[in-house]
Amino acid sequence: MVAKDVPVSNVIELVANLSLDANHNARADVSALLRKARESKNSPAAMAALDHLIANIEIAKERSLPLCQDCGYVTVFAEVGQDLVFDDPLEPAIQLGVARGYDDGDLRQSVIRDAFSDRTKFETERPANVYINLKSGSELKITVMPKGGGSDNACRMTMLKPTAHEDEIVKYVVDIVAASGHYACPPLFVGIGIGGSFDSVGLLAKVALLRDFQIPAKRPDLAALENRLMTEINKLGIGPAGLGGETTALGVSVLTDRTHMACLPVAVNISCNQLRGATARLSI
Amino acid sequence: MKTITSPLDQKVIDNLVAGDTVALSGQIYTARDQAHKRLIEALSENRPLPVELMGQTIFYAGPAPTPAGAVTGSIGPTTASRMDKFTPALLEYGVKAMIGKGPRSIEVIESMKAEGAVYFVATGGAAAYLSDFVRKSEVVAFGDLGPEAIHLLEVENFPLVVGIDANGRSALWPDIS
Repeated sequence: MVAKDVPVSNVIELVANLSLDANHNARADVSALLRKARESKNSPAAMAALDHLIANIEIAKERSLPLCQDCGYVTVFAEVGQDLVFDDPLEPAIQLGVARGYDDGDLRQSVIRDAFSDRTKFETERPANVYINLKSGSELKITVMPKGGGSDNACRMTMLKPTAHEDEIVKYVVDIVAASGHYACPPLFVGIGIGGSFDSVGLLAKVALLRDFQIPAKRPDLAALENRLMTEINKLGIGPAGLGGETTALGVSVLTDRTHMACLPVAVNISCNQLRGATARLSI
Repeated sequence: MKTITSPLDQKVIDNLVAGDTVALSGQIYTARDQAHKRLIEALSENRPLPVELMGQTIFYAGPAPTPAGAVTGSIGPTTASRMDKFTPALLEYGVKAMIGKGPRSIEVIESMKAEGAVYFVATGGAAAYLSDFVRKSEVVAFGDLGPEAIHLLEVENFPLVVGIDANGRSALWPDIS
């Protein structure tokens, strides 16, 4: 193993650029699926909403405007090669990168200091949730994922009985979309985590949203579950902007994990139609 | 597509039907959670409101910062139901129209019917597109709230759908009729 030096200034710049990219440029799969949804049956008002969303993607890109005024609470996933040696601590550099991107790009800062007792905004910091995972090698891969508050409010998790049938998982997910999906800017992307522990399943559901939604799950059992969930969710009739129609979800992505024999954790992360994220690699 | 102007005449409001697509021009005021809380506190203490909202349209929105040389940053609707507990008092005061996203409570719909008010839906997630219809934006109250301050907007052909009309009919899922 040869240690490779990385100035954190490179990381700051990379994260700042990713913050701008994630907010200004729609994911390719999101853009393609919104356009494809115009072929589905929706009310005239819902079709108008789809047209607004498609136009929105073009205007945001042309004018470097955020896709949504809610530039979200940012999650950063960093996969860090263990051969890399940074000249300053990595996590604060990532935080600085987010702050720089948000300030330079006129991106709305929505994070407050304390959920319980101090609901004032930060002056200069733009704090993000940062997950750092060590890998072998000397590559740095970073994903910046902003997510709005309205759609996060629609997310839920539960601990089902370990003997629960697939039908109960499907019912749990569909009931959540029926109860709160219309508050979360449909058409939706639904990330589902099954397994792990109470703390990890929520993260699993979020990571499920990182997948390209145009490509089905590799595992046939999960692809079948995703298809079933798509069909059931789109039967609800919520439609784009909640104005009625068969396009309630644009995609469902399921990730599973091992778990304790007594448990069956399930988490549902509902994303709005502007599912955002940008990824880049720094090879040293 | 109907072309209408805010402040809205009662006759115009009465002729709007849930599901109509409309292009709204004129003036509208942004107000979301914290601004609503303060407005209701003022009303309950018989203090004057910092802006006159009688007959006006409220847009549940907190825009992104305005880029240099632009009129406004991206501006789209936030979830209307968070304002439900404040809404009947504002409608009784004289607010005539609301713009937001998502469904409203039964209490709000009953109050809309009683007061002859309308609720428009703007497309959630289309904030860059919607900013294109804003001609002027000015903070007119609660500047300390940042994006949650009350902004007076001048809009031209702002694209909306009548979500719930003054007769209580709704274009929103679930079908409440």
